[in-house]
Amino acid sequence: MTSVFDATGKNVACTIVLAGPCTVTQVKTEETDGYTATQLAFGQRNEKNVTKPMAGHFAKAGITSATEIVEFREFPLVDKVLGDTVTADEVFEAGDKVNVIGTSKGKGFQGVVKRHNFRGVNDATHGQHNRLRSPGSIGAASYPAKVFKGMRMGGQDGNRRVKTMNLEIVRVFPEKNLVLVKGALPGPKGSTVIIQK
Amino acid sequence: MDAVKYVQEQYARENTLPEFRAGDNIIVAYKIVEGDKFRIQEYRGDVLQIKGHGATKTFTVRKISNGIGVERIFPFSSPNIDSIKVLRHGKVRRARLFYLRELVGKKARIREKSKY
Repeated sequence: MTSVFDATGKNVACTIVLAGPCTVTQVKTEETDGYTATQLAFGQRNEKNVTKPMAGHFAKAGITSATEIVEFREFPLVDKVLGDTVTADEVFEAGDKVNVIGTSKGKGFQGVVKRHNFRGVNDATHGQHNRLRSPGSIGAASYPAKVFKGMRMGGQDGNRRVKTMNLEIVRVFPEKNLVLVKGALPGPKGSTVIIQK
Repeated sequence: MDAVKYVQEQYARENTLPEFRAGDNIIVAYKIVEGDKFRIQEYRGDVLQIKGHGATKTFTVRKISNGIGVERIFPFSSPNIDSIKVLRHGKVRRARLFYLRELVGKKARIREKSKY
């Protein structure tokens, strides 16, 4: 992340995203697939790590490898065909509102205080000595005689798909395919995100 | 990291601010926007620290206002800084002068550097 000053002199915290160049690897249509979508591939990987089925799929679009393949329904650039390149400035412009999907930072196995914002036991005295961050009651006793599904407990926190909605595109750098998004995005530095317009 | 550098270079302004260090006494002329007009307010104090680098580099200025210590952080790249005037260079032995927060009155003074 970095921060830039906008036209009114306000300091805006931004995240820099490398958004392209992507290649169209498949165009799905109503007749052949039952719905319309455009499949984009991004990145490069060592060719020995590309499986033969995927290599064949990429060859149709004229590329040898990709790290990410994502399908977009209602893709705005409808005239793009198989093998075309999509750059950041074709899709985004400053002022657009976007949703960004990423995988959040993994926190491991966490208790309820961190994972579900429980308060724990607020007292350290009055008979409490070993339950400062405990979840408290998880239900009644002989009726219902079970713990309800979805009861919030400790467990794996983070490392899941997160969508951050309604972020603003501050600026697009067409020459480097960079997009400046206002605010923070889910996931660690260098991770992959999907930007939906 | 290259992308961060590139974006910061795109926003970089020509540096017209004078050079100063922690311990210096400076006046920052800061633009205050009121509606569509702006006026310039002067803020005088001692530089406590210079922090960060690139587009997010900042400096902290401390002054005593009506007996109460006030600290203000300015980004170097802020377009709202009209000008900076360095009044005196202080003789200090560290880069971050947080010890000044504990001191009041005559002890909170910074000696002037004889040679700069």
